[in-house]
Amino acid sequence: MAMTTVSLIIPLHKSRRGQQFTIHALPAGHVRILFLRLGISEGESAICAERLPGGTIVLKKKRQRIAVGYKLAKEILVRLEAA
Amino acid sequence: MSGSENLHERVPHLEKHRHRELDFLQRNLSIPKVVLVGNPNVGKSLLFNTLSDFYVDVSNFPGTTIQIQKTRYNGHDVFDTPGIYGVSSFNEEECVARDIILDADIVLNVVDGTHLERDLFLTQQLLDMGKKVTVLLNFMDEVKKLGIKIDTVRLANFLGVDVFAISAVEGVERETIDAAIRLAREGVQRKELHSVLHSKLTMVGSQAEALLVLEGDEVIAGRHGVRADDRREELYVDRRNRVNYMLNHVLEDSQERSWFSDTLGRWLLQPLTGIPALAVVLYAGYLLVGKLVAQDVVGFTEGVLGKGMWEPWIRGITSSFLDESSWLSVLLVGEFGVVTMTTTYLMFLLLPLVIAFYLALSVLEDSGYLPRLATMVDHVLGFLGLNGRAVIPLILGFGCVTSATITARVLGSERERTIATAILQFAIPCSAQMAVIAALLAGAGLGPVLIYTVVMTTVLVGVGTTLNFMMKGRPEPLLLDLPPLRLPTVRNVARKTWIRTIQFMKEASGWFLAGALVVGIAQMTGILRLAGKVLQPLTTRWLQLPPEASTAFIMGIVRRDFGAAGLYEMALSPMQVLVALVTITLFVPCIASLMVMMKERGFKEGLMIWAGTWVTAFLVGGIVSQVVI
Repeated sequence: MAMTTVSLIIPLHKSRRGQQFTIHALPAGHVRILFLRLGISEGESAICAERLPGGTIVLKKKRQRIAVGYKLAKEILVRLEAA
Repeated sequence: MSGSENLHERVPHLEKHRHRELDFLQRNLSIPKVVLVGNPNVGKSLLFNTLSDFYVDVSNFPGTTIQIQKTRYNGHDVFDTPGIYGVSSFNEEECVARDIILDADIVLNVVDGTHLERDLFLTQQLLDMGKKVTVLLNFMDEVKKLGIKIDTVRLANFLGVDVFAISAVEGVERETIDAAIRLAREGVQRKELHSVLHSKLTMVGSQAEALLVLEGDEVIAGRHGVRADDRREELYVDRRNRVNYMLNHVLEDSQERSWFSDTLGRWLLQPLTGIPALAVVLYAGYLLVGKLVAQDVVGFTEGVLGKGMWEPWIRGITSSFLDESSWLSVLLVGEFGVVTMTTTYLMFLLLPLVIAFYLALSVLEDSGYLPRLATMVDHVLGFLGLNGRAVIPLILGFGCVTSATITARVLGSERERTIATAILQFAIPCSAQMAVIAALLAGAGLGPVLIYTVVMTTVLVGVGTTLNFMMKGRPEPLLLDLPPLRLPTVRNVARKTWIRTIQFMKEASGWFLAGALVVGIAQMTGILRLAGKVLQPLTTRWLQLPPEASTAFIMGIVRRDFGAAGLYEMALSPMQVLVALVTITLFVPCIASLMVMMKERGFKEGLMIWAGTWVTAFLVGGIVSQVVI
C-alpha cells in the first residue's frame, strides 16, 4: 500500500507557536530579496517562535528571530511539517 | 562548487575612477580609507568607539540626513557606516553605505559570531565586489557562552581573507586592528562571476560597481550611462547557497539558548505581558526625564544657574553700555531677551532634558527592546497608517517633539513620515510642558485627568486614521530582524547620547534663537498684545477662559512651557484648567519644532500641519469647554 504524505500549506499568519515549516512561497518582488538577505528562501525551514494576536509572526531560523507584520505574513505560504 | 578554489592569477584591475558624488571621501587622496561595514547590531559602533578615543568628526553625507562618523587611526581615515543587510540602493542608509564602501580602500567587515548565517551574506557580497576585506568576528564571548563552535581557520580559507575573532565588549587590542588593516585583501570569487565582472569592468570602472550593476542597481548603472541587468535574484540565491555550503563546514551550533533571554523576549512581545512592560518602561522614563530632570535638575539649572546667575550677570554687562529701557537692551536682555531667555532655555532647560531622554533612548536601543516594542504595536499602528517602527519617534515626542520630528526620518516611506510628524505636532506634549501640565492636572482632580487623557488619545487616533484614509498607499510592511536582548554598555550609551545631543543642539538652537527674536520684537512693537487681543473673543466666549489665557497661548509658540506656566498664575476652575490644557497641548508646538518640521517635510506640508493644529486646538478645546462648563 503506497503511503501518501499529506502536507498542509497555510499562510504564515495562521501558524501557531512551535510549529515547524518550510517556506513554500514568498511574494514576488522586493520582499523576496529582503528575505533572501536574512537567510529565508523558498525551501528553507523555520519555526514559528511567536504569534501575536492579530497575526504578526516572529519566525525563528537557527538563532535568528525575524518579525513579520501580519499583512506580509498573509502573503507568505508555508508547508507545515508533520509533528 | 568547490570549497577551496585556487586563488587564480591576479591581474591588476583597471579600478578606481572617481565620481563627483564621492567627493565626500576624497579630501586627501593619500590617506587610506578604512571603512567599518556590517549588519545592524553587530557591534560596529562599539568597535569604532574603541578606535576613536575622543576624536570623532560627525558630518552629514552630502544630500542626505544620514550622519557619518569619521576618525583618524594610525594614519588612516576610519569611517563608520550605517548597519546594512546587503549593499544596494534600497533606502537612504544603503545608498550612503554603498557609496562609502565603493570608495573604501580597506573594508573591516564586522560579523556577529552568533548570527553567521545572516551576516556572511554581506561578507560574501563584499568579496564579490572585489573589495579588500578583513573579517572581524565579534561577540566571541557570547559564542563561547552559547556553546557555538566556529572553525575560523577554515572560514578564512573559504573566504580567502583573514578572520579575527574578537569581543568588542571585552576589548580589542590595537595589534589586532593593525593586523586586520594591514592584511586586508581581496577574497575568493567564483571563477564565472569573476569573468563576468571583468567584462563589465570596462563599462563601469570597478568590480564593485560591476557587481552592483549586474544585480540591478539602477543608481550605479545611471552613473555610467549603462542599463542595469536583472540578475539580482539569481546572484542572491547563488550567494545564499554558497554561504550555506561554507556554514555546513565551519559552524557547529547545538542551538543552546538562554532560557532567560528567550522568556524575557516573549514577555516583551506578547501584549498581555508586553503592555504592562511598556508601562513600566514609560514610567521609568517619566521618572528619569519627567521628574528627575525636568523638575529637579532643571529646577536647579534653570532657576539657580540660569535665572539666578547667568541672566543677572549678562544684564550687568549690558547695562554698562546700554540704557536699560532702550529697545536694543530689551531685545537682548529683557524678559524675553534673545541673550537671556534663549540661552537660559537652550542651555539650562533644554540641554539637560535632551541629554536625559537621548540617554533613555540609547539604553532602550542597545538593549534590543525597541524592535520588540515595534513588533508588538505594529498591528495597532497599522490603523494609523504607520509601521510599528513609528512607535519610536512617537514615544520620543514626549521628551521633545522637535527631536522626535528629526527622528521620524528613519521611517521607511514619505507617507509614514508625514503621518508620524502630524501626530507629533498635533497631539503630543513635550517634557518641557508636561511637568507643568501634570502639576496643573493633578491639582484639578481625577475627572479632568481622565477627560484630558481620553480627549488627547481620541485626537491622536483621529489624526492618524484621517490621514491614513486620505493619503494614498499603505504603510511599509513590518520585516524586522530582532537583535538578541543584551545589556547596554556604558561606553556606547554615553557616546550615542553625546553625539545625538550635539546634533540636536546644532539643528534646533538656531530656530529657538530666531523664535525668541521674533517674539521679542513682537512684544516690543505691541504686536504680541494685538495678537492676544485678537484671540480674546475666541478665548473668552468659545473657550470660556479668562482673557489672559490668550497671552499664554501666544507665549506657547516660542516656548511650550511658557504657555503652560502662564496658566499657573491664573485663577481657573478645574474644568477651565482642563479646557486650557487641552487647548494648549493641541495648540502649535514650539517655534523650533515648526522650523525643523518645515525643514524635514517642506514648507507647504509644514504649514498645513501647523495651521491644522490651530484649528484642532481651538475646535476641540471649545467643544470640551461647551460640554463641561
